[in-house]
Amino acid sequence: MRAFFAILKRDLTLGLRQGGGAGAALAFILSVLVLVPLALGPDQNLLRKLAPGIMWLSLLLAVLLTAERVFQQDYEDGTLDGLVGIHLPLELVCLAKALAHWLSVGLPLAIMAPLFGILININTGDIPLLILAMVLGSLALSLLASIGGAITAGLRRGGLLVALLILPLYVPVLVFGLSATLAESGPSGSGSSLIVLAAITLVSIVIQPWGAAAALRAYLR
Amino acid sequence: MQIFANPNLFFRITDQIMPFLWAATILAFVAALYFAFLNSPPDYQQGETVRIMYVHVPSATLALAAYVLMAVASAMALIFRHPLADAAAKAAAPLGAAFCFLALATGSIWGKPMWGTWWVWDARLTSMFVLMLLYLGYLAVWRAFDDPHRAAALARVVALVGVINIPIVKFSVDWWNTLHQPASILRRDGPAIHESILWPLGLMFLAFALFFVTLHLVGLKNEVRARKIRAEKLKTMGGR
Repeated sequence: MRAFFAILKRDLTLGLRQGGGAGAALAFILSVLVLVPLALGPDQNLLRKLAPGIMWLSLLLAVLLTAERVFQQDYEDGTLDGLVGIHLPLELVCLAKALAHWLSVGLPLAIMAPLFGILININTGDIPLLILAMVLGSLALSLLASIGGAITAGLRRGGLLVALLILPLYVPVLVFGLSATLAESGPSGSGSSLIVLAAITLVSIVIQPWGAAAALRAYLR
Repeated sequence: MQIFANPNLFFRITDQIMPFLWAATILAFVAALYFAFLNSPPDYQQGETVRIMYVHVPSATLALAAYVLMAVASAMALIFRHPLADAAAKAAAPLGAAFCFLALATGSIWGKPMWGTWWVWDARLTSMFVLMLLYLGYLAVWRAFDDPHRAAALARVVALVGVINIPIVKFSVDWWNTLHQPASILRRDGPAIHESILWPLGLMFLAFALFFVTLHLVGLKNEVRARKIRAEKLKTMGGR
């Protein structure tokens, strides 16, 4: 357990000090939000209707873009080889690294990003629900992204491949995250969607250690 | 199972089976096409467009079945280390992708006159589209790595993680209220299709399944040959 938290702490420190983490991702979301009214037109009613979907979409892309930082650097500088020798199973090493990714990128984004929804005329009453759904969903997003990061850890230009592999897996998170956020579905509808979203996140916690570790072992042989 | 890993035995058996498989496939297609296009009635509502269904339904079923085969083979490779399992999974992927595309394309062609649109984003169509993307991702992984062993190990993970989508595709029409009609053949209260259409469809299923098995074996043989060539190349390089 000590090793687990040591890895978590190391990755968190790196994630917070290295740059290209939550701050850059937040800036990325902001720049998406600038482009949205330009692409769809500045109609306030239209933007209000689309705002939750746009927020989810930009969160998805921001997490996806940071996926390769989970394993790539450690693979290149050899840290990963060192992490195999310790008494902690590789599965838990992967889980610790994914959790660190969530804490340093996913969670700050999920809390901060909905506030910028004001820029695209989001219904301010929706913001607390959006934050709640995004906090739940972003953990699943980080976990799934880290599987993609593990598969492409040794590829120089793995960015497009990660997107192709992981975006299909993001579909359920997007569907239920969005239906939890949409005001039309009413409080009862969003409650059951939140439960399904939590279930998806739990399933990801189960799958991620196995999948990421199996992928990394292909590199470490 | 391990005995078939011997390439010589594998080739001896498959070489004997292949002519029969091809013959059966062609016969089944001749019969199925005759019944489907010439000797079956047009639907009382859909008219002649119902014949698209004879291609659409078997394609969609095989697209799903091919993914299940791919995932099972990947699991076999992971658990039993069977040397042919990875090759079987790899050979199934392009076939599955092709059938998936066929299902999407024929569905779209049918949808234009029937639903009045080429495409709607309902749960069945969307999940089928995602299946297509999973196939493309799987194939991309095989192509992205030079080392076939590494590619195989990573492709297994991709195939097994993606298998979550299969029940979603299958049951999407029951879970959500889709424009796509619900299952009408395998139902608890018997098929909801008239016999005159069910029989040609059954024949078509048989023909498609035989076609798939035949092509899959061809792909598998090619994969084994490619490995042999690679091994020979490595040998000559080492000799120099």
